[in-house]
Amino acid sequence: MDGTSAEWRSYVNFRSPFDPCPARVKWYDVPPAVTYPVQKSARKQFAPQEALRKGTLWPEYDSPYPPV
Amino acid sequence: MLAKMLIEQYGGADGELSAALRYLNQRYSIPDKVIGLLTDIGTEEFAHLEMIATMVYKLTKDATPEQLREAGLGDHYVNHGYSLFYHDAAGNPWTAAYIASKGDPIADLYEDIAAEEKARATYQWIIDNTDDPDIKDSLRFLREREVIHSLRFREAVEILKEYQGSKKVF
Repeated sequence: MDGTSAEWRSYVNFRSPFDPCPARVKWYDVPPAVTYPVQKSARKQFAPQEALRKGTLWPEYDSPYPPV
Repeated sequence: MLAKMLIEQYGGADGELSAALRYLNQRYSIPDKVIGLLTDIGTEEFAHLEMIATMVYKLTKDATPEQLREAGLGDHYVNHGYSLFYHDAAGNPWTAAYIASKGDPIADLYEDIAAEEKARATYQWIIDNTDDPDIKDSLRFLREREVIHSLRFREAVEILKEYQGSKKVF
């Protein structure tokens, strides 16, 4: 996970100032359905075969995991 | 080992059985405009349940009892042999207490959205735990469907907002 995908957000959990362990960055997904909860009309579509593999017809709602 | 984790999506709280039964039960009392959506998604969840069942079955059917024991499925084998059962990854049997039906359209749809996001996260954690390319492919597909279902439920909330508003026109 390098954080290049626009969907992903990073944070560092609370740690005590005396915590000897190095801070580790954690990641969580904000999927496109959260960012765009209503579909617009006349959007780009995947080809049928590709849509079947991906699980969605709409490139803007495609949410790859692990993120690319 | 993977089969043991996949069982979470079979008979777990946020699994496909819970999802299907939750939506197909709520649809009777939801406003007309979104009944079709609940029927549609609830039925699709049963198809996903079959996919998970097939994965678990194929991963375990040829394993020896010893291999099952090493994979942490010894208890499952003693109780169920090679058959599947509706329980979660920790062995808790499925219960209707996992799902809710409040009879309030907005409360029910937000419950559905939360269920989809939890199932999406569960798929992520299972994908993180396997290197089987075919299983990974199928799980990525199922995870994407959760994203789309979440989208559709969010749209249903928007439809109901409009619907409530339009009722007030005299």
